[in-house]
Amino acid sequence: MKPILRKLSRDVPAMLGLAIVVFVLLLAIFGPLIAPYPGDAAASHLTRRLKPPSADFLFGTDNLGRDIFSRIILGARGALAIALTVVTVAMAIGVPLGLLAGFRRGWLSETVMRVTDVVLAIPQLVLALALAQLMSPSIETAMLALSLTYWPFFTRIVYAETRRLSSSLFVDALRGVGAGTGRIVFLHILPNAISPVIVRATIGLGFTILVAAVLGFLGMGATPPAPDWGLTIAESRVYLPTAWWYVTFPGLAILLTVMGFNLLGDGLRDLVDPRIRRSR
Amino acid sequence: MLRFVLRRTALVLPSLLGLLLVTFLLIHAVPSDPAAALAGDAATPEQIARLRHQYGFDRPIFEQFLLYLDKVAHLDFGESAFSHRPVTLDIAQRLPATLELTFCALALSVFVGVPLGVMAALNHNAWPDYLLRIFSVLGIAMAAFWVAIMLQLLFSMQLGWLPLRGELSSTMAQPPRATGFLVVDCLIAGRWDAFADALRHLALPAVTLALGGLATIVRFTRAGVLDTLQQDFVFYERAMGYRWLRLVWIFVLRNSVTATVTQIGLLFGGLIAGGVVVEAIFDWPGIGSYTVQAILTGDRQVMLAVTLLVGTVYAAVNILVDLVHGLLDPRLMEQG
Amino acid sequence: MMPLLSVRGLKVTIRTDEGTAQVLDDVGLDLERGRILGVVGESGCGKSTLIRAIMGILPRAGAVERGEIWFEGENLLSFSEAELARDVRSSRIGFIPQDPLLALNPVFKVGSQLLEVMRWHAPSDGTRGSERRKRHVGRLIGLLKRLQVPDPEGALERYPHQFSGGQRQRLLIAAALACSPRLLIADEPTTALDVTTQHQILLLLRELVAELAVSLLFVTHDFGVVAELCDDLCVIYAGQTVESGPVRSILDSPAHPYTRALLACHPDRATSFRGIPGSVPSPLAPPPGCRFAPRCGDVRAICSAGNPPQARAESGAEVRCVQYSDWSADLLVRSHES
Ligand SMILES: Nc1ncnc2c1ncn2[C@@H]1O[C@H](COP(=O)(O)OP(=O)(O)O)[C@@H](O)[C@H]1O
Ligand code: SF4
Ligand SMILES: [Mg+2]
Repeated sequence: MKPILRKLSRDVPAMLGLAIVVFVLLLAIFGPLIAPYPGDAAASHLTRRLKPPSADFLFGTDNLGRDIFSRIILGARGALAIALTVVTVAMAIGVPLGLLAGFRRGWLSETVMRVTDVVLAIPQLVLALALAQLMSPSIETAMLALSLTYWPFFTRIVYAETRRLSSSLFVDALRGVGAGTGRIVFLHILPNAISPVIVRATIGLGFTILVAAVLGFLGMGATPPAPDWGLTIAESRVYLPTAWWYVTFPGLAILLTVMGFNLLGDGLRDLVDPRIRRSR
Repeated sequence: MLRFVLRRTALVLPSLLGLLLVTFLLIHAVPSDPAAALAGDAATPEQIARLRHQYGFDRPIFEQFLLYLDKVAHLDFGESAFSHRPVTLDIAQRLPATLELTFCALALSVFVGVPLGVMAALNHNAWPDYLLRIFSVLGIAMAAFWVAIMLQLLFSMQLGWLPLRGELSSTMAQPPRATGFLVVDCLIAGRWDAFADALRHLALPAVTLALGGLATIVRFTRAGVLDTLQQDFVFYERAMGYRWLRLVWIFVLRNSVTATVTQIGLLFGGLIAGGVVVEAIFDWPGIGSYTVQAILTGDRQVMLAVTLLVGTVYAAVNILVDLVHGLLDPRLMEQG
Repeated sequence: MMPLLSVRGLKVTIRTDEGTAQVLDDVGLDLERGRILGVVGESGCGKSTLIRAIMGILPRAGAVERGEIWFEGENLLSFSEAELARDVRSSRIGFIPQDPLLALNPVFKVGSQLLEVMRWHAPSDGTRGSERRKRHVGRLIGLLKRLQVPDPEGALERYPHQFSGGQRQRLLIAAALACSPRLLIADEPTTALDVTTQHQILLLLRELVAELAVSLLFVTHDFGVVAELCDDLCVIYAGQTVESGPVRSILDSPAHPYTRALLACHPDRATSFRGIPGSVPSPLAPPPGCRFAPRCGDVRAICSAGNPPQARAESGAEVRCVQYSDWSADLLVRSHES
């Protein structure tokens, strides 16, 4: 493990990603302590509407006079909460299905994988939007809809790894010495399949933040006055082109966060993927 | 070759059926009343009940699916609750605009992305590579709807260089509809003014869409070239004194783009789906803005039809991708 | 007169994640015009790296630290990459690779690959454009005929995977000869082939060298091939030349313990089928003094004290072993002086 970490620490983009992710995590945890105007999550100050960036309001104020800088910091918690929930639920569905399909042969495995393929072929964004809308828009339905469209990625990965490992000599040997199926799956296969799952989860966190922002933007996720980044961008459109800061900074927040997860995920993938590892 | 295409098409049909079934179940498993949506806000409970019976929404769900399937087989996707026109007609009218936009975005991302990917690979683990990797991640990490608004803000509202929305200026007379592809129709009619105007309208949405695809193309080209550079034949070709530029851009690249071509196939589906929000923001009269409308109004017929459409395009493009693979690599062609 | 190719005191290092590998350390060889020089050593001794250094294509992390590579009176190390690619490779030095399947580009026709080489490197004869190309095709077809490739015209239109291993190697020999180079370098070109094909190809190579008046640097780990093909011999161990001289004299009376051990393992001579005990030391941490010391049957204390210098054995071969030098006396003198 040590040399792997050392390699990761030499990968400049990956370390940049890690730094961003840690930074956003800190914002999510300590946001209300850091934000200059923690009350601006909900409060409104009609006397200072749409002020451009200044020393008092680093990123300016919005149409209700709220400090955009504070609201972006406060929004980190919601964004990460959605992403973590969605990826966790998707993993909870996808990983067991992948193990099942990979370790068992026969119609059950076939059915699971066919359904997985089909769900993968559905345009994710469209399905998530449709489900969220039909289930009456709210944060919870948005998260459920996203989870329902993201689990197949994990099933695919775990299935491939399980198939590879369970046909290897080493599992045959374990069977030979009388190890039970449960033991083989949980002690030997799962730990080996875990690294590609981590890579996919990291990238998935970024992707989910992005899609959740689209939901917020279309008014199918967070509801006002939540300091949601996507929602804020939607609210800002009416005040363009004057209030450029209103749209710019929430978008940059999304950009930075998603970039952090992607850079980190790419770095991890380079470490895990033997094809790329060879070329270093 | 024809046999190959037919066989692949036959293989795709069950998947499309599965796609339709899963989407149908998901959409219908959701607690909401399609009849109420169809009837509109002002409808009385009796009217809703009548509609429910008329459309078969009171039957068991599997029966509903079979009924739906029978209609789909006749290219009948029902009526849009929003436009009150047959969904098939709406889609046929809007599809060309979406394809036009998607092709442009795809071409942009391929022609810029492939060279950048090669450059990143040649400078593996050096600063140009790091910068390109960061930039390509940037392309993926930007929310398309935000990029769209920012581009509008800069190029339309502030600088006034490019139009804000739409496919053609309202002052410009439409060319007669021949292919449905506006740019092509302008050319056919010899309308150069309209052609230039259409291109100017195409620029911002195409660039917005291309950014996400660009990143993917850069990454996969980079990985492919890195992989190829490890091969023995690259050393051999250098040892034989191949010109370096030709070696990289012809002999290495052709071996490296297999994965990129696969990605182009996947991207096409992704671009059509990703175009949903972008089209809505730019008021592009295509499938995307249609879908957003349908979603916001809970229009199930349209949602189902669009899902099937994207799935079909996706499958068709992937058959095409396999064909291109065969052309790129003679060994695959022989395996059939 | 100076030899066609002369490598002097070549030292090559490759940076790796684990440290700097001293892959070549003081390699020397001389190849006279019209002769065949065999380079022999176990796998991992640095033979391929030696070839890469001569061609100027080291791995990105590799570097020539010291030494000279003289070819036709010029030091190749002073050439830039562009000069090597333009003026040396193919046109003056032809290369025959180890694995003919991996060496050919799988997605281009054989003809277009060979003609690409000739396009840039074939000697000019005043013709241009399609006329020139036609002459190239003609020359290739002639060479393929000479190399006994069936249906030479058709061969140019086919892809690499459509040939057998032996046919592919003939294609590559034709490619190496296509631009009439003065020197051929072959890196274990017959290892991937079966014994009969191997024999046929060696025979062809020997005929061609005589016919076309080229010189051949032939890398192998097989003494049988050396005996069949080569005039001179250079034995390499762990990145160092340990013995060099005419093939006959070395085979008759090998001087260096490593050469003797290699010969003892060869199936034609071996009394028992065992390799040399132990393995080639890692170039990351070569043993001090004589690099063969950990595996040598004749090892003595002085062997690890420093790098043994070259000395002349009775057979006439140059040998790097304390048994043949008065180096121990040297060392004593030097240690007294300091
Ligand atoms: N690109 C490289 N990176 C690190 N080590 C290398 C590289 N190429 C060769 N080596 C090391 O150099 C030594 C000699 O390799 P090589 O020249 O291929 O030997 P041979 O051709 O005699 O089998 C080996 O120990 C090998 O591990
Ligand atoms: S120098 Fe010593 S260890 Fe080296 S080969 Fe000669 S006798 Fe053996
Ligand atoms: Mg070798």
